[in-house]
Amino acid sequence: MAAQKPTKKTNASAEELKAYYRDMLLIRRFEEKAGQLYGMGLIGGFCHLYIGQEAVVVGLEASAKDGDSRITTYRDHGHMLACGMNPDGVMAELTGREGGYSRGKGGSMHMFSKEKKFYGGHGIVGANVPLGAGIAFADKYKGNDNVTFTYFGDGAANQGQVYETFNMAALWKLPVIFVIENNQYAMGTSQQRSTSSAEIWERGKAFGIPGEAVDGMDVLAVKDAGERAVKHCRSGDGPYILEIKTYRYRGHSMSDPAKYRTREEVQKMRDERDPIEQVRNILLENKHATEDDLKAIDKEIKKIVNDSAEFAKESPEPAAEELWTDIYATEVPQEA
Amino acid sequence: MATEILMPALSPTMEEGTLAKWLVKEGDTVSSGDIMAEIETDKATMEFEAVDEGTIGKILIAAGTEGVKVNTPIAVLLEEGEDASAIDSASSAAPAPAEPSKSEPAAAKPAEAKAPAAPKTDTTPDWPEGTKLKQQTVREALRDAMAEEMRRDEDVFLMGEEVAEYQGAYKISQGLLDEFGSKRIIDTPITEHGFAGIGVGAAFGGLRPIVEFMTWNFAMQAIDHILNSAAKTLYMSGGQMGAPMVFRGPNGAAARVGAQHSQDYAAWYMQIPGLKVVMPYSASDAKGLMKTAIRDPNPVVFLENEIMYGKSFDVPDVEDYTVPFGKARIWREGSDVTIVSFGIGMTYALQAADKLAEEGIEAEVIDLRTLRPMDTASIIKSVMKTNRCVTVEEGWPQGSVGNYISSVIMQEAFDYLDAPVINCTGKDVPMPYAANLEKLALLTTDDVIAAVKQVTYK
Repeated sequence: MAAQKPTKKTNASAEELKAYYRDMLLIRRFEEKAGQLYGMGLIGGFCHLYIGQEAVVVGLEASAKDGDSRITTYRDHGHMLACGMNPDGVMAELTGREGGYSRGKGGSMHMFSKEKKFYGGHGIVGANVPLGAGIAFADKYKGNDNVTFTYFGDGAANQGQVYETFNMAALWKLPVIFVIENNQYAMGTSQQRSTSSAEIWERGKAFGIPGEAVDGMDVLAVKDAGERAVKHCRSGDGPYILEIKTYRYRGHSMSDPAKYRTREEVQKMRDERDPIEQVRNILLENKHATEDDLKAIDKEIKKIVNDSAEFAKESPEPAAEELWTDIYATEVPQEA
Repeated sequence: MATEILMPALSPTMEEGTLAKWLVKEGDTVSSGDIMAEIETDKATMEFEAVDEGTIGKILIAAGTEGVKVNTPIAVLLEEGEDASAIDSASSAAPAPAEPSKSEPAAAKPAEAKAPAAPKTDTTPDWPEGTKLKQQTVREALRDAMAEEMRRDEDVFLMGEEVAEYQGAYKISQGLLDEFGSKRIIDTPITEHGFAGIGVGAAFGGLRPIVEFMTWNFAMQAIDHILNSAAKTLYMSGGQMGAPMVFRGPNGAAARVGAQHSQDYAAWYMQIPGLKVVMPYSASDAKGLMKTAIRDPNPVVFLENEIMYGKSFDVPDVEDYTVPFGKARIWREGSDVTIVSFGIGMTYALQAADKLAEEGIEAEVIDLRTLRPMDTASIIKSVMKTNRCVTVEEGWPQGSVGNYISSVIMQEAFDYLDAPVINCTGKDVPMPYAANLEKLALLTTDDVIAAVKQVTYK
């Protein structure tokens, strides 16, 4: 159990680096567009943006294989894009339209994809943690070697059910990776004001769960840590904790003026630690890509995002009959 | 092409705001994430960031303007290489932002028109005449139901406190560990919130969990997972995934265990769309409904009763006995009054009916068996015949199952009623410990008899 293992920045190929750049940029541009559509009144209710935290999901998805599951809380758009869900379907769910992943009935916080083994999108802080352990329980029961990435925030890390779950996951050696996305603020309350321990991952020690802290602004460090966690879980050694230190640039939700931190704090993070800029610099410095190559990626992403916004505006609202469907299943949905 | 920057909505309820301050001026270049302006909403002052990069061509709304409607153009952004001449074309060409089409809200389902005739009900008997029967306790019936379903489906497993090595706190799972092993009969720590969540997750993952709560009182710690995680996921996922599983355990008062261990949750869970709610009285129903619950592709709340566990009933001695949800059982036919009950309430209902018969009052006694879906058609049909109804349950009076039944009768058979419906319930107090007070708090057969006499004006 050691914190912040050094990363060998050379072990990623040019193609991998470009893929991380592209995937992180897709999340950032998608979220900026979502913020814009919210401003236009096309997205309602709560909308929690992932801007700043992109390296967390992109790094961890790089360590996953087919068959692995993921589940998270309400700041979920990045997770869905990173696991390959269609941006059109995600954006159309944000606008509450028929073309959305839940046909408009879930919204920003409640979206799912059986196909991609993305189990939500949950609005109750901490509740997805035992759910994630339960998905891992099912994999162990069936005897496969899949793992479940169970994401939650530094705020959720103070919920009692998280520790009930740590206990059972360790006791039953469940193949679950607990990913604490520590963006330093539980809504408006800083970690210092809400959390007794500076290193949240160390709480796992009380249950015999190994873990580590990870630089969440460095996608390569996240991927390395993800690979260590996956290896541990897949080999049947039980759960693993990754506390990924990250930062959200935007407010908790769209209606958060973020007065609990200074503009300078946010700007400093953007200027010095931005996960996308870091990869961009590696790509250029190592001549893995030219400015023109990156411009072409930017252009491709812009088109994907603009198309998703168009789709989300054009897709009709769900039919009134949808009010009464999907309340009860008549047969169990087919497994993915 | 020049684009208009629109006044943003910055909260779920914002319709207009004050453009407090511009932090950029005409001619400034901005890129994504730069703060352009401060906007005051009804709640706070928010920073407004640029999404696209470009040059501020023109500021359309001056700083300090109040009451700026959401989606009003407030500035024009020029792309690389454009000059101010593009502004006019932007203002004229930019289409008004598409308002999401507001379709008419779905009309509330009209109240069912008063049934002109008695509704159709399923009156087939639970087992054909001549079926071989055996005497069994409710406890044995529940155990057999789970064992049969576990033999039938490898994905069914039981988890809960003391279900395995202790053989069940109330011995419902006696012998199951021996037959199925520790992979499928799983002792949990005393952490209802956590293990209920793990059970729901396992159902998401393709298994068919049975989660036992030592009593439903303790499930209060887990109710978030029963409602928010299990009941709502099918809907929230647009039908992609749900939680096919059973939550079960003893519900309601036992004896002398005081307020925190003596509550009937029938009315609570009955309210939740997405859940099915079962509350059996007899052993045959406990068995047949448990088997149906385990096979059902939805989350089922199965409310048992500690006092009933040891009671014996006839149970069909057949290979695969199931009882469908949503079908009430008429235990006794009568023409003077309808008594509707479920679970342990049936004990009082049936005793009262026997005593009333001695006085010449013939009660029809209906056991609902499942509360969601509820066989209201059988109630209505009976009330059309008897014109009077008494409901019987152990739970509290305010927001009771009986309240709901009364409202259904009023809407669907008002003209048939010769007296107000009376709801017999437990007293409106936390359960006391003292023997005499506990007796006063609980529902009694005499309460039911008195209610029947009141509605029959005897």
